[in-house]
Amino acid sequence: MTTDISASKIDGIKKSVYTALWFMFLTFPIMVIKVNTIDNIIIWRWENMFFIGAGSFILSFIWRYMISKNEMKSEDSTGILQTFSEKITSEKKIYIPIIIAAAVFVIAFPFIFSMYNTNIMITALIYVMLGLGLNIVVGISGHLFLGYAAFYAAGAYTYALLNHHFDISFWFALPIGAAIGAVIGILLGFPVLRLKGDYLAIVTLGFGEIVRLILENWNDFSFGPSGIANIPRPPLFNLKLSLSEAIVYLYFIMVVLCIFTVFIIRRLEDSRIGRALVALREDETACQAMGIDKTKIKLTAFALGTTWAGMGGVLFAAKTTFVNPSSFTIWESIMVLCIVVLGGMGSIVGVIIGAMILILLPEYLRAFSEYRMIIFGIVLVLMMIFRPGGIVTSVRKNYKFELESK
Amino acid sequence: MDYFLELFLGGLTRGSIYALIALGYTMVYGIIQLINFAHGEIYMIGAFTALIAASVLTFAGLNQLAIIVIAALAAIIYSAAYGYTIEKIAYKPLRNAPRLSVLISAIGMSLFLQNYVLLAQTSNFLPFPELIPEFEFLKPYSHIIRPSELFICITTAVIMLLLTFLIKFTKIGKAMRAAAQDKTMAMLLGIDVNLVISVTFIVGSATAAIGGVLIASHIGQINFYMGFIAGIKAFVAAVLGGIGSIPGAVLGSLILGWTESFFTGYISSDYEDAFAFLFLVLILIFRPSGILGKKEY
Amino acid sequence: MLLKKGNILLTIFTALAIIISGFFISSCGETQKSEEVKQSEKTEQADQAAETEEQIEDKESIKIGVIGAHSGDLASYGIPTINAATIIVEKYNAQGGINGRSIEIIVEDDGCKPEMATSAAVKVVGEKVNSVIGHICSGATKAAIGIYKESNIITISPSATNPPLTQSGEYPNFFRTIASDDAQAKLEVDFVLDVLNLTKIAIIHDKGDYGKGFAEFVKQFLENDQRAEVVLYEGITPGAVDYSAIVNKIKESEAEAIIYGGYHPEASKIVTQIRKKNMKTVFVSDDGVKDETFIKVAKEYAEGVYATGPMDTSSNPLTIEAIKEHEAKYGEYPGAFYLNAYAAMLALLNAYEVSNSIEYDDIVQTLRTEYVDTPLGKISFDEKGDAIGIGFSMYQVKEGRFVEIKQ
Repeated sequence: MTTDISASKIDGIKKSVYTALWFMFLTFPIMVIKVNTIDNIIIWRWENMFFIGAGSFILSFIWRYMISKNEMKSEDSTGILQTFSEKITSEKKIYIPIIIAAAVFVIAFPFIFSMYNTNIMITALIYVMLGLGLNIVVGISGHLFLGYAAFYAAGAYTYALLNHHFDISFWFALPIGAAIGAVIGILLGFPVLRLKGDYLAIVTLGFGEIVRLILENWNDFSFGPSGIANIPRPPLFNLKLSLSEAIVYLYFIMVVLCIFTVFIIRRLEDSRIGRALVALREDETACQAMGIDKTKIKLTAFALGTTWAGMGGVLFAAKTTFVNPSSFTIWESIMVLCIVVLGGMGSIVGVIIGAMILILLPEYLRAFSEYRMIIFGIVLVLMMIFRPGGIVTSVRKNYKFELESK
Repeated sequence: MDYFLELFLGGLTRGSIYALIALGYTMVYGIIQLINFAHGEIYMIGAFTALIAASVLTFAGLNQLAIIVIAALAAIIYSAAYGYTIEKIAYKPLRNAPRLSVLISAIGMSLFLQNYVLLAQTSNFLPFPELIPEFEFLKPYSHIIRPSELFICITTAVIMLLLTFLIKFTKIGKAMRAAAQDKTMAMLLGIDVNLVISVTFIVGSATAAIGGVLIASHIGQINFYMGFIAGIKAFVAAVLGGIGSIPGAVLGSLILGWTESFFTGYISSDYEDAFAFLFLVLILIFRPSGILGKKEY
Repeated sequence: MLLKKGNILLTIFTALAIIISGFFISSCGETQKSEEVKQSEKTEQADQAAETEEQIEDKESIKIGVIGAHSGDLASYGIPTINAATIIVEKYNAQGGINGRSIEIIVEDDGCKPEMATSAAVKVVGEKVNSVIGHICSGATKAAIGIYKESNIITISPSATNPPLTQSGEYPNFFRTIASDDAQAKLEVDFVLDVLNLTKIAIIHDKGDYGKGFAEFVKQFLENDQRAEVVLYEGITPGAVDYSAIVNKIKESEAEAIIYGGYHPEASKIVTQIRKKNMKTVFVSDDGVKDETFIKVAKEYAEGVYATGPMDTSSNPLTIEAIKEHEAKYGEYPGAFYLNAYAAMLALLNAYEVSNSIEYDDIVQTLRTEYVDTPLGKISFDEKGDAIGIGFSMYQVKEGRFVEIKQ
């Protein structure tokens, strides 16, 4: 027995030594040698090799431990989160105080924390909205969509241009932006209905890039890369708001709109359309046999998803007070997709958590300055490895169960 | 007519460049249906490794030919090693996870590698030595095609043929095809699927490295961000040709290259990319699985 | 029904859980900050009390935000600015700071994106910075400048060239150590028409806010002038693997000169391809190209290329020193806008030193009146915020160096 343990220990050390050696080899040219081809100087940084070796030796132990633990955990599928969430949602005594506390916290938030925190919370809430919208397309109806930034841009430019030319205020632009998002969604939806999976992904990616290129090149229409500045923040009657007041005001607008979004999407999930979407995702043929109009449902899904992007765009323009095409690159689309997948596809709570993590994390990682994006990359990989189904997978199962019981 | 020929050859070069990256993309996709976002980064790491090796060797005073060979070999070995390691770390634990999760993991890996090179090396553009010699006999034609362009085209063709041979006629190729069709069945038949996937990553990364060296030498400069745009373009090309198909990747790349070249030449480069994407959309509408792709059920 | 309702609740609850946990990270920072603020209030009071007395030693430090693109595709234009700021601040702090105050820099990344620029701006405003060096891109600067204006924070950009930033007169807090797009465009158009006497001109830009903004002005000036004809006006895609199509098109258009708006990586690719095609077209560009890296990358093909840039740099002892410092600390030649950032930082610190104050009005006043020696020459700023004394001149690459052309 004891020999067994010591043997496995030795085995583990052996493995870690190999890993360390492998990583020392792997990172050798990039980490150790720094060439400067401009001045023809070569700097050797041997100390880095030592750090890599030691670091990967230790990390490989942790890695193996985590992987084996993760595999064990995946065998019994009831996660802690599920029982936890069930407990909260099923007992009135628990969830009512929590909801009250939550509401108080949300209202008090901008008054407790600094302007900066409120400001990034607005960004996070905009992404909550975008994530929830994309969730309809990706999570609920199962289409991989990589051009979401196009609709986001459409909304933002709607407000920016309408305001620039006609002085149309934020409150009018908001529904117009949403409507334009929906219309463009339907227009894109028609030609790509036949496509599936990654082919759809690449076409939507292309569409996103086309929209950005039009904004970049068509100066007479969009003012090109120099963008549109001085877009007003949302007005509160005719009061003149200072910067911090405007931020607090926008924060509350965002909170209300997010609650509205969650409400609508909750209703949608249970509606005919929502169920048809889920059914269509699971089995298209069976669905058509049941008499569901595939074209109509798919287009509805697209339009519903892109409406929120249009609205999010208007809010974005109102928040930054400046738009130019560089805010709507493919990275933006990827980011929103990450939010949906990381949070757990099809789950509202998941998307909210995903948005909070992915938007707040890079902000709070600012303390690490130049290491910010590298940590962010690592976090993405690790999160997917240890929670491949997203953070909240269990809630979706709950929902399915509910369908059966009815 | 000269102008047409020039645009044609320009498009051919550009297409061949895309193809060098798209080949690896399409191989990886064919076997695990993953859009490997980190593939562009492997291409970048290949270029960086070659640059580092070449500089060190120049410093050591080796002759030109030895430098080219060793730098290219270093790039291939290291890229393959990176491809192998990335697969083991970021994709293997996700073998049974939803496909989109692997995609996000790939995006995370791509961000990581970009910033890893940015931090360990530099954010500046580095000049890359011209490794491909200017052949004397091509001098009179240099206004039409440059030696490096010809070299890239030929290499692409050779690699395409080699990969087709590898997949069609070797044992590992057969295993790859089997694993691509049905992993469980392949496993039941005694194929080590994990090994097959590792080999696919190694081969795909090695082609990316060859691409990295040739392209860097053709453009003359590298930077940590060079992989991302090239990767996206190559992915588009692979999809256009029918993702998963080796000749498809090359054909798609060439079509993309020619589309861009002719559109720039006869209309405007402002909307070059927009048009390329529009063209892609049109092709996919009429052939939803790409030009040489198998029809999805 | 219960479950459904519960899910909404759960939604909100979990969101809050995340928020709270997020604040665990920042909460320690929060308390510290509030202490700092208290302290600063105290020192202010003390300042007023001790106005006539001796200078007190324990003064609050001067905080300078350094904001720009430090990640993503434009990182290579933002990072040199951090290096410049770090070098200067270390130098000043080693000598005991300015008037007894130490200097502190707060580096924030905006990725050249407007939305990140505003959150970075709000963040540094919250951290009570006294002034900002940045941002790098015009778009990001435009998004953030309003926030600084409302908070009375001086902003000096080393690289934002968009004309309205200064010319609109809306931002009295904005200064820059780079020429605006239209000034450079005018200089180049005049040079091409008057000195080189060329008539067929192709304008190429990189579609970015810097390159295209510049190209628009070039086009406008050329169209207003009867002598020349714009034969081509096109944008290229930065980062593309090959530019042979556009090079062929330039050849086909029979342009005698190319005026390029953009940065050096694309410029060197285009120049190399042009020369390898045996084309003799004159290549004229902006100060995004007047960078040593351009010559190092394009090598022999860079010969003969014209580029505008700040006057009097390479022989200036301050420039030589600045570059040496960078090479000593970072082991490589400085990247784009390093000297502009260096000059901006020197001008700013000089204003603090001369005015002996950290009040917004005093600093603005000093920036506008005092001349300071920088690697870009002896500079000051005009009413609108453009630098005076940064003479712009035309350079040509001769034998691997940028040589100023005396007119």
